[in-house]
Amino acid sequence: MVDNQEVFDDIVLSELSDKELTEQMSEDLYDGLAEEIAEGTQILLDRGWEATDIMDEALVKGMVVVGDDFRDGILFVPEVLMAANAMKAGMALLEPILTASGIEPIAKMVIGTVKGDIHDIGKNLVGMMMEGAGIEVFNLGINTDAEEFINALEEHNATILGMSALLTTTMPYMKVVIDELKEKGIRDKYTILVGGAPLNEEFADAVGADAYCMDAGTAVETAKRFISAAS
Amino acid sequence: MQHLKESNLPTILVIACGALSQELSYLKKINSWTNITIQCLSAELHNTPKLIPIKVKEKLDLMADDFDKVYLAYADCGTGGLLDSLLKDYNIERLPGAHCYEFFAGKNQFLSLTEEELGTFYLTDFLVKHFNRLVIKGLGMDRYPELKNEYFKNYKKLTYLAQTDSKELKNKAKQYADFLNLEYNFYYTGLNQFRVDIEKGIKA
Repeated sequence: MVDNQEVFDDIVLSELSDKELTEQMSEDLYDGLAEEIAEGTQILLDRGWEATDIMDEALVKGMVVVGDDFRDGILFVPEVLMAANAMKAGMALLEPILTASGIEPIAKMVIGTVKGDIHDIGKNLVGMMMEGAGIEVFNLGINTDAEEFINALEEHNATILGMSALLTTTMPYMKVVIDELKEKGIRDKYTILVGGAPLNEEFADAVGADAYCMDAGTAVETAKRFISAAS
Repeated sequence: MQHLKESNLPTILVIACGALSQELSYLKKINSWTNITIQCLSAELHNTPKLIPIKVKEKLDLMADDFDKVYLAYADCGTGGLLDSLLKDYNIERLPGAHCYEFFAGKNQFLSLTEEELGTFYLTDFLVKHFNRLVIKGLGMDRYPELKNEYFKNYKKLTYLAQTDSKELKNKAKQYADFLNLEYNFYYTGLNQFRVDIEKGIKA
């Protein structure tokens, strides 16, 4: 009798065809297997794949499935984090190549968790997915005030601002940032996306954001839609 | 059918977070609130806050008509105002503040604790008692221990907001702070502020 676990353990990534390998990597990403993702990424690089193709075909595609299943209640936060960590392991190999290649980003984005809030897991996931979509991301970290957001937007000549909050008490600060942009007369220069567990569309409308993004996948799709509309 | 009255007092339904069941039952007992019925929802809803208003609405639709008055023993609890929108439709009040840490400690004291160290992870008696189920398992750290750093990398301190002065719970809270590599801090809230808020709510 064949032991299924034994068959599973016997998969040798380097012996798979390109198509089989990218499919296997999507499964490994779903299962949060960082070492396997790094190994698969290196194999594809060694086979002459472009870094952008590896990112699109092996990493982002798999992460979109993870995002969809999270939205549908099939996966939960821990599993999404493990998948994100696996994607990071692949991205760590691709980022130096992407940076050196001089490929122009499709847009620049400043992202951060608002003042008073130290929660950054979702925001970092959004940042990583945005990079996967060809957007250059300037991640300001946590507890970010209006001045820091605005300075970074101007310094990096970014067109997208992403703000995140996990607390009901900190999410109103998004309005402070947007009001400050309005006061400076530069609000319309930017697409403003907001997200975080307690937010919703009504809140995004009320504070004057352009869109509420319920998860990382939605954030990327929304950003791309605004980028297309502006070009 | 109207809930049976044992006295001339109005019948009051208190829909509460499961994390408050013990404290509410204690207050009901020592104050002889015989006209109050407590109905709790699972405390684990806090891991999916957007479900809280849905579950509260289900309970309201099922039970509210049987009582003279309904009060909600929840704060906003991460619902981002969705709970308040629901309560406005039903003309029902809830506990003040953003979360139980705030109404246990009192608004000003909680603000002061937050200002002292933004990166503070709070525990209450309930969370100390159920730390393994709600924090370790709830955040998946039993399956993926490597996520501990991911979740807690921005925290510096663990503050145990204690409703009771229990040596056993203090010891446990200190152990959990050590486990999370956080500085341990103890603050006794008792139930005074909570009692004041509940009394105000049910008598309004």
